[in-house]
Amino acid sequence: MTSIAPIAAATPEPGRPSPSGTGARGRSKFGRSERRLAAMMLSPAMLLIALVAAYPIAYAVWLSLNEYSVRVPGLQRFAGADNYQAAFSGGFWGALGNTLLFTVVSVSLEVVIGLGMALAMHSAFRGRGMLRAVVLVPWATITAVTAITWRSIFEPGLGFAPQLLDKVGIGGDVVWLGERGYAMSVLILADVWKTAPFMALLLLAGLQVIPSDVYEAAKVDGATPWQRFRRITIPLLMPALLVALIFRTLDALRIFDLPAVLTDGTNGTQVLSLLAYQELTQNRLIGLGAALSVLTFAVVMLVSFLYIRFVGGNINTLTEEER
Amino acid sequence: MTAGSTGRASTAVAQAGEPSRVRARSRRRSMPGWLRSTLLWAAVVGIVVFCLFPIYWIVNTSLKSGAQLSSGSLWPSHATLGNYRSVLRDGDFLLALRNSAIVATTTTVLAMFVGSFAAYALARLRFPFKALLLGIVLSISTFPVIAIAAPLFKLWTDIGLYDAPYGLGLILPNLVFTLPLTIFILTSFFREIPRELEEAALVDGATRIQAFTKVVFPLAAPGLVTAALLVFFAAWNEFLFAITLTSTPQARTVPAAIAFFTGSVKFEAPLGTISAASVIVMVPLVVLVLVFQKKIVAGLTAGAVKG
Repeated sequence: MTSIAPIAAATPEPGRPSPSGTGARGRSKFGRSERRLAAMMLSPAMLLIALVAAYPIAYAVWLSLNEYSVRVPGLQRFAGADNYQAAFSGGFWGALGNTLLFTVVSVSLEVVIGLGMALAMHSAFRGRGMLRAVVLVPWATITAVTAITWRSIFEPGLGFAPQLLDKVGIGGDVVWLGERGYAMSVLILADVWKTAPFMALLLLAGLQVIPSDVYEAAKVDGATPWQRFRRITIPLLMPALLVALIFRTLDALRIFDLPAVLTDGTNGTQVLSLLAYQELTQNRLIGLGAALSVLTFAVVMLVSFLYIRFVGGNINTLTEEER
Repeated sequence: MTAGSTGRASTAVAQAGEPSRVRARSRRRSMPGWLRSTLLWAAVVGIVVFCLFPIYWIVNTSLKSGAQLSSGSLWPSHATLGNYRSVLRDGDFLLALRNSAIVATTTTVLAMFVGSFAAYALARLRFPFKALLLGIVLSISTFPVIAIAAPLFKLWTDIGLYDAPYGLGLILPNLVFTLPLTIFILTSFFREIPRELEEAALVDGATRIQAFTKVVFPLAAPGLVTAALLVFFAAWNEFLFAITLTSTPQARTVPAAIAFFTGSVKFEAPLGTISAASVIVMVPLVVLVLVFQKKIVAGLTAGAVKG
């Protein structure tokens, strides 16, 4: 459920009231009945969010402060920060490192490859419809199936990739998913395959709203293709690029499906969400699992805060100018 | 598509203005036409191979059997449908298909109902704290699923929804995680419907609810289709809730079932069967993508471009 939902948050200015309708009709005509109707229409969604998102998060914090008996269901005691201490002295830092490495490398590759694909699709006039359908295929592939596909591609003896890569001098007879570094590169490759096309679609949509007369004017003034790309395409594409970058980053930090099926977190591919899940369900350590989930939540929130703090203003001004 | 046509396409932007003259000038300044079209052609082939080859590989694997499976060859020398026959006889897999269909459909229908009410209020009605409420809704989409799944694992166990048959325990969490997207898409669609139509209905004596159900809702049908498709895809694909909140085939959905195909017998992974199962669950989605590609792209890019 990760790769599409977050785009929704891309609106730079959420609650901007629609300008029409406030003026002539005035405030009094619909005032109270309008508010009551709004409350009625919003309450199912808000109730769901409160019960199935907000309450569970708060409950996770409470769970993380307690210790639960593995043997006797229902037996628990307040443990303070014990679970957090266990997380910090256990797998947290390693998983955080892997998650950050995965995020930085895969998101960078996705931006570069996605941009290349978008530019090619933008130029290829006739084939664009066909290409758009083609690039939707990786996006539409169930992530669990993606993981199984890439695992079989790199499985020694079964897949074609190890032999092929060996021929060009990469890897030799290494078991790709069985060794640190190699396993991570397969994980990144699978993620790039699944999401670079998605990135390309977002950027293509951004390219399509750049007015063509800007390019014509630049051509008439004698700008080279590189100058046109550097001085026109990149700056005008920046809002779409930043939005895609932010939400891909937040997605990558939460990655779960791919490593869970591809490697089960072995060989240097343990990530935050997967570590929390394993402590919770396999080791039945509810307190520790909850503590790790809360920490994952904190990491994602911290990164979104940093993005909003340092690039968020940028997006707003850029999109404002565009309007 | 021929090389010539892509070459022409690459300068199509210029054609918008003064066709022949501008094109001729840009040809002279930039790289030669044949080189440009060759490069573009290569890029297009590259994209198609990059996107589709893994899919070809899994189809290829699903048609192999026995010793062929461990050959690593790029085509099946004796193609067989044996894997498909055995996966369609697998009771657990059929149960998973059933559960996925129930979970994804129910989630989609509920999301459209709950989402369109909320979206209408956000798009059209005036009330305090609107920005805050929309902010709360949208922030849900950045939550890591594990931070919800972990406490729900405990909560669902306590109230008996854990491992509930037909995947019933998965509907609510899926619903909450697809609401932000639904509300966002529908809000932008509702905003584009002319206010005058609704006001005309009000003048004719309709209540606001009637104006919504009889006028706005039908006009927003394209937006509903877009949102419904994206929600259905998300619910069909959802994995973390599916493996955290279920444990038996009675409750498992397709992604979880596929993952556990391998989990139990890792060392003799029935690769042929898993591949066949993967192809079966992929087909409906690929068909939907081909039929509705424009709507899907419109939904995916709504947030990124419109702002």
